[in-house]
Amino acid sequence: MKEANLRFTKLLVLVNCAVPAALLAWDAWNHQLGANPVKFAILTTGMSALVFLMLTMLVTPLRKISGLNWIISFRRTFGLYAFFYACAHFLIFFALDRSLSISGTLSEMAKRKYLIVGSTGLLVMVPLAVTSTNAMIKRLGGKRWRALHRLAYVAAVAGVIHYYMQVKADTRQPLAFMGVLAILLGYRLVVYLRQRRPNKIPSNARCKANLPKKLSPTVVLDRTFPSHEHVEPKSPPNLPL
Amino acid sequence: MLAKKLSASEVTDPALYFNRRNFIRAGILAASAVATGAVYRRLNPAGGGEVNTPLIQGVTVPAPATDPSGFRAADRQTSLQDITHYNNFYEFSTDKASVAPLAANFNTTGWRVSVEGLVKMPRVFELDDLLKLSPPEERIYRMRCVEGWSMVIPWVGYSLSKLLDAVEPLEEAKYVAFETLLDPKRMPEQSAGVLQWPYVEGLRLDEARHPLTLLATGLYGRALPPQDGAPIRLVVPWKYGFKGIKSIVKISLVASQPRTTWNSEAPREYGFYANVNPHVDHPRWSQATEQRIGEFGRRPTLMFNGYEEQVGHLYAGMDLRTNF
Repeated sequence: MKEANLRFTKLLVLVNCAVPAALLAWDAWNHQLGANPVKFAILTTGMSALVFLMLTMLVTPLRKISGLNWIISFRRTFGLYAFFYACAHFLIFFALDRSLSISGTLSEMAKRKYLIVGSTGLLVMVPLAVTSTNAMIKRLGGKRWRALHRLAYVAAVAGVIHYYMQVKADTRQPLAFMGVLAILLGYRLVVYLRQRRPNKIPSNARCKANLPKKLSPTVVLDRTFPSHEHVEPKSPPNLPL
Repeated sequence: MLAKKLSASEVTDPALYFNRRNFIRAGILAASAVATGAVYRRLNPAGGGEVNTPLIQGVTVPAPATDPSGFRAADRQTSLQDITHYNNFYEFSTDKASVAPLAANFNTTGWRVSVEGLVKMPRVFELDDLLKLSPPEERIYRMRCVEGWSMVIPWVGYSLSKLLDAVEPLEEAKYVAFETLLDPKRMPEQSAGVLQWPYVEGLRLDEARHPLTLLATGLYGRALPPQDGAPIRLVVPWKYGFKGIKSIVKISLVASQPRTTWNSEAPREYGFYANVNPHVDHPRWSQATEQRIGEFGRRPTLMFNGYEEQVGHLYAGMDLRTNF
């Protein structure tokens, strides 16, 4: 994809991800959140966080299957929005449901397992958000960065379980999230198992023997960074997509 | 600081600035945001509808607010809009805001209620006859949902005891069992297996005979809107809201404790008694406080929902932790 088009698509994604937050704020301003506005806002932000976590995890499979490498550019946006909605979810609970009482929040958390599970999911996302910048990716190195960012799976699993645990009887929605999550995690498991089998010691040794050492970090970075940053400048500018 | 004057030639040609590509992009951006917004709106419908059920004639006001009967709570009443657009009525939807639109066309013509079991005079009541059994009274009750929110609702109806007197329970009758209509054509979510249908509830006979126990046929002076349990429902103000079974078609007097829907769904979480009790938490959440609809922040939950004076004696000597 052309650099300018990619930048525009990024803007498109950035703006659309903010739409739920904007409409929630608009409805709150106009007293249109229904009879229990606090509960509604908590539910909507929580649901948005889950949706964005799923979208984040959808990027890599979609990119690999479709071969459209530029899709990777949206992963960070989705991930940061997931973090944003999860923070909003917690802050609304803390400020409006628990009336900013730290002891009230902690005592409620100690008693309610689903709150512990949910907070785990949120806490796990903090280092991911902090290390989401290009500078941090470079500093950590692609391999370590990717290992750290597998915590996103923990956040997603915690988020979905957190939702499932508090539903009264109608478990259809949390189960739907669980289904999607199972597919997304299952895909990764299959990829992992497939890569492992042929690449046992002999092939690994061959790789190491054949590839110059200096090249390997580039290979890793190419997977980590949005691909266009490496590929695009070399390709002719008006290459058809 | 002096601003540097711009000469006309330095200003970008508007034809260039507003070029075709930017126009298209702005269009795509706006259209996509509108589409995302439409998806959000579909998932979270805003606003509510009108309530235009007929007014009930001849509603009497039985007692002043200070009366020890508990018939008229002095709390600020919840708005009609909120009472009719925040409903737990799983026969229509598990989403509280969606019940009102989905129940809007619920047809109650030809409604009958069978009162049967251990009674001298079993009878199938036509709705009109049931409504005429006793003059309609306005009762302002607190309503506390097991989920942790509450309302104050001006119901219209009469004490269930009036109906029980009319059918004369036999000596062996110890409990009253209630049943909601079972008709997936009219109650679409009954096709889904969320709960075991029909919804059933029950009371001990002395609870059923307590003057606070209400057969409600209306609220805010109007006939019950479908989403609140038209045409006739139970209201037991000192118990969690799920005891207030809606759209009743059968009332039977029985000798042993009847099965109740939420209790059979999750016996650890919902007891048969389900008395409002701030000291006995739901296994998954606290019952110590509640969100009063229309208020900011949470307020403490009262023992027996504030009706301890009236109903406390019914449970004298009982362990309310095990009989929750």
